Amino acid sequence: MRVNFTVNGRPQEADDVWEGESLLYVLRERMGLPGSKNACEQGECGSCTVRLDGVPVCSCLVAAGQVQGREVVTVEGLAEYAKDRAEGGCASGACGTGGTTLDEAQRWQAKGADSQTGEGVELAPIQQAFIDAGAVQCGFCTPGLLVAADEMLERNPNPTDADIREALSGNLCRCTGYEKIMDAVRLAAARQSEGV
Amino acid sequence: MTTANGAPTKITQGSKTKGGIGESTLRPDGTLKVTGEFAYSSDMWHEDMLWGQILRSTVAHAEIVSIDTSEALAMSGVYAVMTYDDLPAEMKHYGLEIQDTPVLAHGKVRHHGEPVAIVAADHPETARRAAAKIKVEYRELPVITDEASATAPDAILVHENRTDHHIGHVPHPNIVHRQPIVRGNADEAAKKADFVVRGEYYFGMQDQAFLGPESGLAVPEEDGGVHLYIATQWLHSDLRQIAPVLGLPEDKVRMTLAGVGGAFGGREDLSMQIHACLLALRTGKPVKIVYNRFESFFGHVHRHPARLFYEHGATKDGKLTHMKCRIVLDGGAYASASPAVVGNASSLSAGPYVIDDVDIEAIALYTNNPPCGAMRGFGAVQACFAYEAQMDKLADEVGMDRVEFRRLNAMEQGTIMPTGQPVDSPAPVAELLRRVKAMPLPPERQWESSEGADVRQLPGGLSNTTHGEGVVRGVGYAVGIKNVGFSEGFDDYSTAKVRMEVIAGEPVATVHTAMAEVGQGGVTVHAQIARTELGVAQVTIHPADTQVGSAGSTSASRQTYVTGGAVKNSCELVRERVLEIGRRKFGSYHPAWATAELLLEGGKVVTDGGEVLADLVDVLEDEAVEIEAEWRHRPTEPFDLRTGQGNGHVQYSFAAHRAVVEVDTELGLVKVVELACAQDVGKALNPLSVIGQIQGGTTQGLGIAIMEEIIVDPKTAKVRNPSFTDYLLPTILDTPTIPVDVLELADDHAPYGLRGIGEAPTLSSTPAVLAAIRNATGLELPRTPVRPEHLTGKA
Repeated sequence: MRVNFTVNGRPQEADDVWEGESLLYVLRERMGLPGSKNACEQGECGSCTVRLDGVPVCSCLVAAGQVQGREVVTVEGLAEYAKDRAEGGCASGACGTGGTTLDEAQRWQAKGADSQTGEGVELAPIQQAFIDAGAVQCGFCTPGLLVAADEMLERNPNPTDADIREALSGNLCRCTGYEKIMDAVRLAAARQSEGV
Repeated sequence: MTTANGAPTKITQGSKTKGGIGESTLRPDGTLKVTGEFAYSSDMWHEDMLWGQILRSTVAHAEIVSIDTSEALAMSGVYAVMTYDDLPAEMKHYGLEIQDTPVLAHGKVRHHGEPVAIVAADHPETARRAAAKIKVEYRELPVITDEASATAPDAILVHENRTDHHIGHVPHPNIVHRQPIVRGNADEAAKKADFVVRGEYYFGMQDQAFLGPESGLAVPEEDGGVHLYIATQWLHSDLRQIAPVLGLPEDKVRMTLAGVGGAFGGREDLSMQIHACLLALRTGKPVKIVYNRFESFFGHVHRHPARLFYEHGATKDGKLTHMKCRIVLDGGAYASASPAVVGNASSLSAGPYVIDDVDIEAIALYTNNPPCGAMRGFGAVQACFAYEAQMDKLADEVGMDRVEFRRLNAMEQGTIMPTGQPVDSPAPVAELLRRVKAMPLPPERQWESSEGADVRQLPGGLSNTTHGEGVVRGVGYAVGIKNVGFSEGFDDYSTAKVRMEVIAGEPVATVHTAMAEVGQGGVTVHAQIARTELGVAQVTIHPADTQVGSAGSTSASRQTYVTGGAVKNSCELVRERVLEIGRRKFGSYHPAWATAELLLEGGKVVTDGGEVLADLVDVLEDEAVEIEAEWRHRPTEPFDLRTGQGNGHVQYSFAAHRAVVEVDTELGLVKVVELACAQDVGKALNPLSVIGQIQGGTTQGLGIAIMEEIIVDPKTAKVRNPSFTDYLLPTILDTPTIPVDVLELADDHAPYGLRGIGEAPTLSSTPAVLAAIRNATGLELPRTPVRPEHLTGKA
């Protein structure tokens, strides 16, 4: 089947999609967007979390056919999405500005960017906070946690620790013991409330 | 062949501060990891690539009567199906120490999930379906699952005709290795004991459960070789095992580290490496293999489950008199790292205590259970669980406070280990216990809020199983000792290539090692070391590959010590060369070039008095200085096979924990409220990363205390819970606040005085949680993990 949907603000088309294919597979193997991770592929770890019409979902549990006509935001589009939201623009990502073209996405190569401070790369506040707080070790859980945490901060800009734990309870991390992830979300919330 | 998409590139990291050791500089790969651009091994992609799939045995122990691949081969989209008969070289086995593992099963399978055949197809689903079409007929054999069945007079041998170097000293061919340690006279010393406690303990099988699945991409090359992009812990160890099975010289197997999604010991052994290379060489096309989570549970070794028998004695004033123990580790079907795990379990079995008279034995079995090998803590974890339970029991018998009893018997610098080896660097065991006990306790009834009970803070959480009824608090303490680095005479070296040159008017250092960055932050620390030693702001980290010498394994808490040491050493050699150039060019202009101690700082050559002699840009001009050198720590010795005596370890690492738990005694549910840790790290090269390691290790210890266990059916030796639905990892809701107190007492033998830190916190976390649950419930709880039925009296 053919599936048309929007990814990070760009209309995309996937052809010859097999009925058993997941949204995660389409993103990773067809769209050249491997940022959403394949840690369990059974909805237990949250590392493939994306926004589907704004709602965080495990993309491994969404059949590709279910996204027909809908809007998906992945970690690759998170910075743009957060920027649009901060500017009071179209946070749903459906405005058609920005985003990654399919062609660009398929040709991406990791760049040797100066990553000490994230200079030269525009990051969402939650992304910067994860770097600054030491919340990234192996980083495999990071994309899913970022999407989930960003969505929580959108709903609840001043979360308590219990709120943060509840919102991120679907995302497994094996490296950090979660303490630095808590720090990162607290940091992003604090910066957000100070307008930094 | 074009290059693989996602191949790692150099990362250059600048620093506005000095960015040297002791600062919490940020990860050079941080931006890539938060934007989704960091390419993990499962993200690798190549034009025209195929997907590999492994067919695994559905039974644990059986003869293979026949394998029929015809239907799979006939499927459209299938490029190759391979079995043992298709292996190209004479060498058909591999292994870390003992080459006992067949690349594909031959005649027999020895554990559930053993690889039998491999398939390459143009779509992953096609490969899966083709593998399912392969018909394997098994004739099942009785399963060996424990010490009794392994050493029974009529036991089937898991491996017939063993020729490895342990067979001569083991009492039975189903025992991989045995290490006794005898020091003093435990029987005689026992007569001085006023109190004796004995216990039998069981430690369950834990999974590393790294999140990035086993995966990689093998690309055939024009010279008949292959280039493997892989997530591993040790590129050169992989290479040494892969090349002979492919029938290729090592220089035709090029290896590059792809992004690694965690490891924790589970990537020390090979998984899909050889299979991907075989299929790539067979088909002439790039082949990618990615395990799913189900397969991952079968695709790597686990932590050895263990039965431990302990006897300790003490005088009535609380001094330990003696210790006897016997530790039986289940190594499963293949040796993996079992011999070294036995060495650790035995040599560290007395814990961080002064005990002069000991009688110790540790063995690892061959069984038909899943193979077990390396996992964070490596043999020391199981022992710590048992000896710490013993310490609590003995303190209670003596009538002393449990922490004070430990402090009274704590080892210190100069203490002699059971192996006869003196501890020759700080061993602040008593101080760590004092510190962790001195931390403020979380408030009682912390779950109470102005609006009543916050169920999120109670056992059972949002399941809303209690509002405080039946909930009892407990507090427990534990401390442990772990060795750092590879032991028992292993040549545990690392290699670093460091280059210094002027790029765009600025001095830049490039660090190239084969160290596997698995998340621990080695790349961060290498850049810090280069800045400290070479006085540059910009450091480029070259991707890890086999174009440079071995870095050894990212294991045993050793990489900051050993590869960090190698980077420091190579930087020092580069600095000497740079200063030579400087002396040649500018020596006649200033006498300090010849007389003063010279340093590189802020891009300049300076005297130790701070006088600037030259700019590095002027010293180097267009010259590049590059040095590759090996570096070794102090040598160690093997343990004597009868007495266990020998200076077997390089360094020791210590951590102590205090756990605070609340237990719903009616339902058997546990909430860990806080898990505080105090650890000596020698020198914190990157304090932020150090704390992250301690908290991560602590949480893995919590997991095996109350949640995690691979369940193997004792009747069939089949794994019953290979999924994250049934194998439970701690979530952010299960994990408490983890306050950390870091002590920095330098080890003068180590670079910068540092101490390997990654594993120690995984040791004492588990027994501290168990002690707290025992404290809350009064139950004995001799096994871990604790499950609700153990707490409600139903088990």
